[in-house]
Amino acid sequence: MRIVILGMGSVGRGVLASIMEKDLPFTVTGIADSKSGIVDPSGIDPGKVMTIKREKGICGNPGITPIDVVRQADYDVLVEVTTTNATTGEPATSHIREAIMRGRHVVTSNKGPLALHFRELKALAREHDVSLRYEATVAGAIPVMHTIENGLAGNRINAIYGVLNGTCNYILTRMAEEGLSYEQALIEARELGYAEADPTYDVKGIDAAIKVVILANTIWNMNVGLSDVEVTGIDLLTTAAIRLAEEQDCTIRLLGEAVPNKNLLRVSPRILPRDHPLVLNGTLNALTLSTDLAGDITLIGKGAGSKETASAIIGDILFIKRMYAGRA
Amino acid sequence: MKLEMKDTPGQLVAALRPISDVGGNIVAVIHQHDRASHADTLGVQIVLEIDELRIPELVSRLKETGVSIQRIGEERLVYKETVILIGHLMHTDIADTVDQIDRTGFAEITELNIVMPAVQERSSARLIVRAVSRDDMERALEILRAVSKEKELLLIEPLDGAA
Ligand SMILES: NC(=O)c1ccc[n+]([C@@H]2O[C@H](COP(=O)([O-])OP(=O)(O)OC[C@H]3O[C@@H](n4cnc5c(N)ncnc54)[C@H](OP(=O)(O)O)[C@@H]3O)[C@@H](O)[C@H]2O)c1
Repeated sequence: MRIVILGMGSVGRGVLASIMEKDLPFTVTGIADSKSGIVDPSGIDPGKVMTIKREKGICGNPGITPIDVVRQADYDVLVEVTTTNATTGEPATSHIREAIMRGRHVVTSNKGPLALHFRELKALAREHDVSLRYEATVAGAIPVMHTIENGLAGNRINAIYGVLNGTCNYILTRMAEEGLSYEQALIEARELGYAEADPTYDVKGIDAAIKVVILANTIWNMNVGLSDVEVTGIDLLTTAAIRLAEEQDCTIRLLGEAVPNKNLLRVSPRILPRDHPLVLNGTLNALTLSTDLAGDITLIGKGAGSKETASAIIGDILFIKRMYAGRA
Repeated sequence: MKLEMKDTPGQLVAALRPISDVGGNIVAVIHQHDRASHADTLGVQIVLEIDELRIPELVSRLKETGVSIQRIGEERLVYKETVILIGHLMHTDIADTVDQIDRTGFAEITELNIVMPAVQERSSARLIVRAVSRDDMERALEILRAVSKEKELLLIEPLDGAA
């Protein structure tokens, strides 16, 4: 399977490292970062390109842009793992459109294009008879999309509830465990690399809301966007509030929820019994799917990380490989 | 407590005497149309305050009078939820916030716990809301949502429905 990787950040490097270490059946024929690109039909050595990136800061030729790679390289699957832009979805959306129109499959961890152009991109992929897979966009390593699509295929899903942002979950865990203030816990999360320099997207609940949008559109074929979700973040929570909850054997977690029959799409801090399956410590993510046949299914795992996110990407590529095996 | 009986002629009147005999105080009489069945099986609920120790006596007196009781609920406000409010609770008149629920007649704030840091800082409060029915609880939460919005308070609700 020939793949092209756009983005050599944490996720892109995680994919490259896994290909190398696990001897996966992929040939990387093109790579780009924000400032350079490289195309090689005979295959790029993942180890070498990572060394170059580490030493020079760029992976290839500054004269080659990401879109050049999308257009010129020879590949079966485009792996789009550039930075998420939740406002415009660009340039990732253009990369994805271009690849689909060339008849290439797409696997992405980029939430922007899915949150903004879900219907259009799905339709475009169908029209060109290719796959658009995005397991990594929601809950990192947890195979939520595969579970929904395959394992729960015969079920009607009535509602979903989830811990969809590891940064918030970490901050709330630390406020509860150590009595830290919100500000102290945020500083700690930054120092450990769990929070961005600008944590707005995470702490205001926007990142979690984007994931609710992607899930709702996927599960119920909705056509909703970020503005359809009622969003409250964790940035105004007090340590005292958490203590008041803890005094009653409860705690507070940021939850995303979608309940179509109540017309509900919401991200908000909620009070939960401490022994509730969605009360997890640290940066873990979780998703409960309420279904008609299977009852409630709760999946728990790592929501971010280089190798963890790569796991979801690789699962998608291998799924495509298997699904299209034997087809031209 | 809450008594539930069939609303057939004479039943309600027959129940009144034993209730006053044991010193019970009727809070409300609620006639309800049972949606699941036909009109001739209307039910009636009597909500009353009574010394717990006298409940067995009341029950036997009611039986003697020929009143058939379908259900006895000991508490009127059987539904309970905990919510948390964060913000300038005093400046925005927490007494009024509580009263907006209490005066509904179907729900009450039965416990209020406030933590107040320095004067300028936001305080946090835990409120226990009790309501007569599930629908009433939802109505009470709806009122709290509206009040919180208006007073710019952060309302943290319990998670319902999930596992
Ligand atoms: N990290 C996680 O655990 C995780 C989990 C789930 C989903 N995601 C999503 O996965 C994507 C990648 O995340 P990450 O953590 O790897 O991000 P990152 O470490 O910030 O890396 C982003 C990469 O994208 C490249 N890039 C940025 N703009 C570009 C452009 N216009 N054209 C080509 N390349 C561009 C950057 O190039 P330079 O190297 O030149 O700066 C960098 O290599 C994001 O959309 C993120 O939301 C991440």
